[in-house]
Amino acid sequence: MGPLAPHISNLYGRRGWIVLGVCALILFVLFPLANLVMPKGSLFHISDFTVALAGKIMCYAIVAVAMDLIWGYTGILSLGHGLFFALGGYAMGMYLMRMIGREGQYQSDLPDFMVFLNWKAYPWYWSFTDQFWYAALLVVLVPGLLAFVFGFFAFRSRIKGVYFSIITQALTFAFMLLFFRNDTGFGGNNGFTDFKRILGHTIATSQTRIALFMITGATLIVTLLFARAIVTSKLGRVLTAIRDAESRVMFSGYNPVHYKLFIWTVSAVICGIAGALYVPQVGIINPSEMSPANSIEIAIWVAVGGRGSLVGAILGAAIVNGAKSVLTVAFPEYWLFFLGLLFILVTLFLPRGVIGAFDQLRDRLRQRKLAQPARGSTA
Amino acid sequence: MLLKKYALALSLASLLACALPAWALPADLVLAVAAGESDERIAAVAKLVASGDSGVEAYFQSLLDGEVQVAGGKRVLIVKDRHAVDAATGEKVEPLPENLDDALVNNRLRGTLEGARSALKLSSPDRAARLTAVKALEDGAREEMLPLIGAALARETDPQIRQSLTLVQAGLQLKSADAAVRLAAVKALAQSDNPNTKMLLLALLEKKGDVYAEPDAAVRAEAQDTLKAVQSQLSSAERFSQIFTGISLGSILLLAALGLAITYGLMGVINMAHGELIMVGAYGTYLVQNLFRAQAPALFDWYLLAAVPVAFFASAIVGMALERSVIRYLYGRPLETLLATWGISLILIQTVRTLFGAQNVQVENPVWMSGGVEIIANVLLPWNRVVIIGFALAVLLLVWVLLARTRLGLFVRAVTQNRGMASCVGVPTARVDTLAFGLGSGIAGLAGCALSQIGNVGPDLGQTYIVDSFMVVVLGGVGQLAGTVYAALGLGMANKFLEGWSGAVLAKIAILAFIIIFIQKRPQGLFALKGRMADA
Repeated sequence: MGPLAPHISNLYGRRGWIVLGVCALILFVLFPLANLVMPKGSLFHISDFTVALAGKIMCYAIVAVAMDLIWGYTGILSLGHGLFFALGGYAMGMYLMRMIGREGQYQSDLPDFMVFLNWKAYPWYWSFTDQFWYAALLVVLVPGLLAFVFGFFAFRSRIKGVYFSIITQALTFAFMLLFFRNDTGFGGNNGFTDFKRILGHTIATSQTRIALFMITGATLIVTLLFARAIVTSKLGRVLTAIRDAESRVMFSGYNPVHYKLFIWTVSAVICGIAGALYVPQVGIINPSEMSPANSIEIAIWVAVGGRGSLVGAILGAAIVNGAKSVLTVAFPEYWLFFLGLLFILVTLFLPRGVIGAFDQLRDRLRQRKLAQPARGSTA
Repeated sequence: MLLKKYALALSLASLLACALPAWALPADLVLAVAAGESDERIAAVAKLVASGDSGVEAYFQSLLDGEVQVAGGKRVLIVKDRHAVDAATGEKVEPLPENLDDALVNNRLRGTLEGARSALKLSSPDRAARLTAVKALEDGAREEMLPLIGAALARETDPQIRQSLTLVQAGLQLKSADAAVRLAAVKALAQSDNPNTKMLLLALLEKKGDVYAEPDAAVRAEAQDTLKAVQSQLSSAERFSQIFTGISLGSILLLAALGLAITYGLMGVINMAHGELIMVGAYGTYLVQNLFRAQAPALFDWYLLAAVPVAFFASAIVGMALERSVIRYLYGRPLETLLATWGISLILIQTVRTLFGAQNVQVENPVWMSGGVEIIANVLLPWNRVVIIGFALAVLLLVWVLLARTRLGLFVRAVTQNRGMASCVGVPTARVDTLAFGLGSGIAGLAGCALSQIGNVGPDLGQTYIVDSFMVVVLGGVGQLAGTVYAALGLGMANKFLEGWSGAVLAKIAILAFIIIFIQKRPQGLFALKGRMADA
């Protein structure tokens, strides 16, 4: 390595690994025990509802990590990540719909909405979706391919900044309109729901739920480590450089298009996986997941947590969605006020999010600690 | 003496009461219409009509009303309230004769009589009466009325009535036994823009077994040509109406995007709450409407005149407040501006929901904006859309004058081009920013006022337009009004044409794909600044 080689940090320090281990312990031991073993009514019992909620928030956290990769580290604000999330969800939803079998209202081989449309057979794009492996492939391929094609054209013509944001917003808007159509073949505005089983297991039992929860937790940890590996690598340095001064990166002989396209596609695929985990846990997927408002909310999770910090993104998703599930029940009419204020206040006063504020506080304390002995010596 | 005077007065009074003027109709024809075989009676009707007498219409009316009776098979009387009048002469007949038979009117005769009455009305001096008469004739004309229609056509001056009359005449002539007359009629039909013409011609070309409905080959060939001409005329009418709806949508997009062209195009502030400023304008209009309805119902038709400035200032004040309190601190950080203004839009939506409820509110068109104008047959241009096109042009002109001809416009352009230098020469940049943002927001309010006249007014109004208006500005390019105008009209037209061809949703998607491809071809012409400015 030459003298000018950038310092590339380790994946995590010792303290980071310990914290991660504790989190894993909570996810894989504490939650299953408290949910399945502890009797209902016990102080240590965790209800199915809480498990589902935590699972949902972890799905959002995965999306937040993906968003942080593209926005926090590469400086590209996507307002269309809800689309990739929903596409992954729809791919998984197709498999789950096939698994309903003849238990729908019309006792037909086809899903209820197709019977309703008077369709006689599955359209071509539904073929093989009764195979789990194929659906899983779709979960990765559909968002990935769409992101690759869209990103190729967008980055090649150097669309950036707000233009890119607006175009991605229009993209998800267009897809929402498309999926709202009954004729598109994805259930129109009702989407997919009433799932019965996944891989032969009944979907509504506590055991299946906790299994899905643990898979989601594992995916979150793997995503976090994977993202961490990217941002601490040389590739990650180039991405950060693109964020800070794209022209200079170009003048130094890098082609930013390749880097941007790579991270954009990776980010979309992660979103798709999160969507696929989200659908069986929540039990429904419909086109409103693609609404521009949903996508822009993802951005606020990352902004609240702290752009450019992967842990911050996870924290942000947890904080905002935790607050949402409390506030929409307690004060439904004030939730939008709260969310709106959050958007304004975070951008005005917390440009680096909660993590940034925390770091600042720590730095200030450390400086005071350094200053105190110095004062003591002069006295 | 006294008795005689009394009788005279009575007869005069009864005459006035029946409103029957004295006349003289050919008695034999009057009788032929009232009694006899159907065919003969119908023939007599035509002859009576051809006589052009002024009393004929009243006589037909009486027949239709069932007031005509025949005395002894000879004399035709109009009997009303036990008072009889001779139908031919208008003389009073007293006492009422004994042997009266009702003059029965069967359905066939009724149709003929009604058609004849319309034909007679063609000579009315009142244009509206003639127009209704022609419209009635389009369905119930008889060959016997041809001379009358020809005469009416000769003295008719109104182009619309003339056109309809020609059509009626040609339709009648097509039934003529003379092939030459039919040929002339087919030729005359080529001028028509009435969709019924097509049916008429198609019926002519119809084939029953081996026999054509029209026996003469020359007439059939001419009918083919005419059919082609008529069809092209009809499809051009359809195209015209499509162009109109395209322009109409374009004018709406233009209104929605013009404000954005200032705040985003000139100032570079990406304002996601722009749609909500449109909504504020629409709700302002709603409030003014309610105020007029409650306080000055007599002036209700003119409430829009008051609503326009109210909508402008309501949105402008909200916009300026936003600029002062939030956006000011985010200049140069477009992505943060985007998020913060999105937050503002959420707050505005929820505020409106809290104040006015989540349901749509009712904004009524004033009377002078309802209805429409029919420029060509079958193409109705609704007044509210026509007015909005005019309004959009007026707002465009206003914005152009403001930017190009006023001191404020000069300052805005100066600050846009070089903020530092403008500040050095004494332009109060901060105030110019606020005013310019207020102007852009006010124009959004005007858009809201216009939109309230054609669409639903609800808390989500802004959300529907925000994506479209950003597309317009992105496509049109930053910093120029002309681009915005072209983009708005282009997108509006493209949307409408594609909609007719592939449905609304696919049209939207196609437009989006088009924009992305277009940007591939001309990124520099659209919005990319060159060189180092690109990073600024």
